[in-house]
Amino acid sequence: MDMSQVVIDVKGLNKWYGEFHVLKNIDLEVHKGERIVICGPSGSGKSTLIRCMNRLERHQEGTITVDGTELTNNLKGIEKIRREVGMVFQNFNLFPHMTVLENLTLAPVWVRRMPRREAEATAMRYLERVRIAEQAGKYPGQLSGGQQQRVAIARALCMSPNILLFDEPTSALDPEMIKEVLDVMVSLAEEDMTMVCVTHEMGFARTVADRIIFMDHGEIVEQNSPEEFFSNPQYDRTKLFLSQILHH
Amino acid sequence: MQAFRLKEQLVPILTQTLVVGAILYVALLLFQNTQANLEARNIASGFGFLSVESGMPINDSLLAYAPADTYGRAFLVGIVNTLFVSALSIVLATALGVLVGVARVSANWLVARLAAVYVELFRNIPLLLTLFFCYSTLLAFLPAPRQSLSPLAGVFINNRGVFAPRPHWLDGMGWVVLALGLAAIGAVLLARRSKRLRDETGRGLPAGWISLGLIAGLPTLAYFLAGRPIDFDVPTLHGFNFKGGMVLRPEFTALLTGLVLYTAAFIGENVRSGIQSVDKGQLDAAKALGLRPGSIMRKVILPQTLRVCIPATTNDYTSLVKNSSLAVAIGYPDMVSIGGTIIGQNDQAIEVIGLWMAVYLTINLVLSLGMNWCNAKVRLVER
Repeated sequence: MDMSQVVIDVKGLNKWYGEFHVLKNIDLEVHKGERIVICGPSGSGKSTLIRCMNRLERHQEGTITVDGTELTNNLKGIEKIRREVGMVFQNFNLFPHMTVLENLTLAPVWVRRMPRREAEATAMRYLERVRIAEQAGKYPGQLSGGQQQRVAIARALCMSPNILLFDEPTSALDPEMIKEVLDVMVSLAEEDMTMVCVTHEMGFARTVADRIIFMDHGEIVEQNSPEEFFSNPQYDRTKLFLSQILHH
Repeated sequence: MQAFRLKEQLVPILTQTLVVGAILYVALLLFQNTQANLEARNIASGFGFLSVESGMPINDSLLAYAPADTYGRAFLVGIVNTLFVSALSIVLATALGVLVGVARVSANWLVARLAAVYVELFRNIPLLLTLFFCYSTLLAFLPAPRQSLSPLAGVFINNRGVFAPRPHWLDGMGWVVLALGLAAIGAVLLARRSKRLRDETGRGLPAGWISLGLIAGLPTLAYFLAGRPIDFDVPTLHGFNFKGGMVLRPEFTALLTGLVLYTAAFIGENVRSGIQSVDKGQLDAAKALGLRPGSIMRKVILPQTLRVCIPATTNDYTSLVKNSSLAVAIGYPDMVSIGGTIIGQNDQAIEVIGLWMAVYLTINLVLSLGMNWCNAKVRLVER
């Protein structure tokens, strides 16, 4: 693993929603193969930050460079980055009018110009990987939340991304389904996928993350290795947050 | 106990019989009264009049028609005119409506505003007034026949209509038709081949362009090889009007324009609400996969829009067909206009009204059936 290569480089990032300063002077480097967990109270800007990384949100100040391409208004650049960066959402966002298989082959066929048969073979491989191959012909509405999220992960993988962004992937799931999704994410982490995860799953953060980033009020308050982060938090805000989510 | 139960059943049966009997009695009275009144006024009843010579002129007909033809033929001309103007209006209103709907949600402030003004304007003005406006504007705008505009040789535009040469088929035209048929088959085969190539290699053929070339080229080639087997009947000015050629009447144009403008406003709103009903997460997911805006619209947004659009648009289509009867106000010979003239001539109002109702009912039931089929096609599969 070549940890020296920076694949996402965020410098001096500022973003406002109208008057509201949602991201304040964010600096963040993500290295190839690194697993990063971003946590923090709701409204701290963590989802906005990762949505900036593939330009689902536009920033007003600073630069974001992904795989050597800077995110600007240039549509070609944005599309190039989106092809290489997969994203998994809180609400799955599968296309409800397509079967599971069609959900998985849409982008490979129409974006990568992959022959349909090849795309379908790839899709089936990833469906097996997330242990859901038998549902290929079903529609998203016929699946449980956990199954839908695993399909969504497979859909992102079908584009063979270099980087995966997870935006609270387990927050909309019933408790008994969280594990099946986390298991898939852990197995991805074991294969050295570069991952940026916004999540409240501290167990996942502890076992998988190379680095944990704590955000509050639009700022990165502190970042550290999981051992240091949990055993020796530096700031009161971090301590307060940890005490709130670890003791209930 | 038995007797009590019988009594309990008897009362509702008796009352129901009484109600049905009363309704039948009133219907019978109405029928007898009408019959007696018709006889007293010497009005015939029944549909025998349909085979009687009409003697009425119709100035705009898609079928061959002369005043010596029967009332039945005249009414048929009306049905065909109604169907033609409705079908053409539905196609154009749908195209315009989709444009308006997409413009309504445009990020461009001016485009969105313009579309909103258009929708509010035409949705809130009675269609009758829109038709009057279209018709009188057309008539005021266009010159008299003697001052006709002639943008192309043989084409004349004036307040009697747009006149153009009418093509006549001569011997040898069969070859051109054959060539067109072959080109069409070729295009279909090409489309299939292209799809298979896309499935296998990821790249299709430029099937659209090749097909266009085939469909335009082959018949043209056949046309010249067969010795140009088309003769044109060019319209010429006789007295105050043009004779010969084909003509597009201002009444038809005004009716078409009015129906399209009015209905497109409603369809535009259906499309807007359809687009807005699609979850924002769908757009996020499609963008995150790197899909282009065009692919996102065609593959992700629009198919989900249909689910919301189709039921409301079915209503608008059936309204359009019914609204086409306002043709009578600007003198386009649709079914209602021609039927009205028939009533004026032979007083057989009940039969004609019955025919009107039967025809509209048939058209709209067929239309609804088709739309329901489409609706079933786009329904989402859920648990």
